[in-house]
Amino acid sequence: LAERTNLAGVRHILLVLSGKGGVGKSTLSTELALALRDAGKRVGILDVDLCGPSIPRMLRVQDSAVHQCDSGWVPVFVGQDKAIALMSIGFLLERPDDAVVWRGPKKNALIKQFVTDVAWGDLDFLIVDTPPGTSDEHISTVEALRPYPLLGAILVTTPQ
Amino acid sequence: ECPGTDSAQAGRAAACQGCPNQGLCAAGAAGPDPAEAAELRARLRAVRHTVLVLSGKGGVGKSTFSALLAHGLAADETKQVALLDIDICGPSIPKMMGLEGEQVHQSGSGWSPVYVEENLGVMSVGFLLSSPDDAVIWRGPKKNGLIKQFLRDVDWGEVDYLIVDTPPGTSDEHLSIVQYLSATHIDGAVIVTTPQEVSLQDVRKEINFCRKVKLPIIGVVENMSGFVCPKCKNESQIFPPTTGGAEKMCQNLNVSLLGKVPLDPQIGKSCDRGQSFLAEAPESPATLSYRNIIQRIQEYCEQHHMQEEKTI
Repeated sequence: LAERTNLAGVRHILLVLSGKGGVGKSTLSTELALALRDAGKRVGILDVDLCGPSIPRMLRVQDSAVHQCDSGWVPVFVGQDKAIALMSIGFLLERPDDAVVWRGPKKNALIKQFVTDVAWGDLDFLIVDTPPGTSDEHISTVEALRPYPLLGAILVTTPQ
Repeated sequence: ECPGTDSAQAGRAAACQGCPNQGLCAAGAAGPDPAEAAELRARLRAVRHTVLVLSGKGGVGKSTFSALLAHGLAADETKQVALLDIDICGPSIPKMMGLEGEQVHQSGSGWSPVYVEENLGVMSVGFLLSSPDDAVIWRGPKKNGLIKQFLRDVDWGEVDYLIVDTPPGTSDEHLSIVQYLSATHIDGAVIVTTPQEVSLQDVRKEINFCRKVKLPIIGVVENMSGFVCPKCKNESQIFPPTTGGAEKMCQNLNVSLLGKVPLDPQIGKSCDRGQSFLAEAPESPATLSYRNIIQRIQEYCEQHHMQEEKTI
C-alpha cells in the first residue's frame, strides 16, 4: 500500500504550530531542519501552508519543480548533500505570485495527498510546518497523520 | 484567463479546464443565491463605505491597522464607524479594542454590535466564545456560515465606514466576504505587509487575489518599517527590505503605497491593553504615519462616492 510505504521509513514526525500568524513557524521549521541535518540526521519538511508557502524561499529552492514517481511525489532535495527533503505547494504553482484561492474541501484533499503520497524514503525527522489558525489545514493534517509516529507539536509565539 | 470565481462563467469557461478550482466553481459554490443577496443588500443598504483589510501574510499588523483605522475615522464624531472581525480562528479585535469579555446581545432588529464609543461598534467571533482561550476549530463551510450571519444578522444601523478585518491567507473567509459583500459595494482593500521578501511574496498573491475577484486595491501599508531608537535616535532595519520592500513591489505591480509605519514598542503595548495607540502616543512617528494613511483612505472613499453620485 502506497500509504504504508511512504511514511514507513519516517522515525519521528513533528508539527510546528501557532495559531497566530507571523511569529516564526516557518523560520523555526527551517532552522530546526538545518540544525538536525548538521547533527547528521535525515530530515524532511512538509509545508502545508497552502496560501502562504514560505519554506521554499527560506531554503533557496523556490525555483525547483517536483516530479512524480511510482510511489508518489518526489520531494525536492535541498543543498549539495541533499540531506533535507522538502515538499510544499510552492513547487506546484506555475507562477510564484499565483494565489491559491481554494476553499477548505480542496485544501483538505491536497493535504491528504501531501501527507500520504510523498516518497520520503528513510527519514529521522519529518517536520510539518503549518499556516496560522485552527482550521481545515490543521484538522486534515492531524487526521491524516494519526496512524503514524507523531512525536508531538512545537508551539511558536511572540511575547505580546 | 480565469473568469473570476464569482463570475457567472465560474467553472464553465474554456479557461477553467484543468484549473484545480474548477469543480468548486462549477458546483456554484461561487455566490450567494438571489434571495440571500437581496437580504444582505437590505441589511447593508445603510453602509456608505466598506474597506477590507487584507494581507496574505500573518502577523504583519492587519488587526492593529484595522483597529487604528476604526479609531481614526471615529475621531470625527459625526461619522458612524463599524469594525467587523472575520478572523474566526484568531480574533484579535476584541482585545485590541479593550472589549474582552463583552457579550453580544440580541434584539428584535438583530445582533447588537459592541460599542467602544457611541459612534464605533464592533463585532467579532471573540464575543461569542465563553472563554478567550476556546479554540474555534471549524472547517471552511462553518466559518462561511458565521460570516454570512455577521453580515445578515448584525444590526449595524446607519454606518459611514464598515471596516472588515480578515485573517491571513486567500481562502474561505476571503472568498466569502467578497462574495457576500458583492450584494452591496466594497470601496476597496487595504493590503498590509512588512518589508521583508518572505512577507511580500504572500502579499503579491493577495494582490493577485484582489485582481481576480475584481476587488479594487486602495493601496498597501508597510508596517514594521524601520525602528528609531528613542535613546540614540539611530534607525535600524529590523526587517530589512532585501528586495526593495513594499515600495518596489508597489511600483512593480502598479498599486499605491499608502505609507510606511515604523516599529514602536508602544503599538504592541497599546494593543495588548486595548487602548488606541493614536491616543496613547500622539507624538510618535508611527502615529503620524498612521494618521496620514487614514486620511488617504478617507479621501479615496470620498472621491469614490462623489464619482458614484455623479453617475446617478
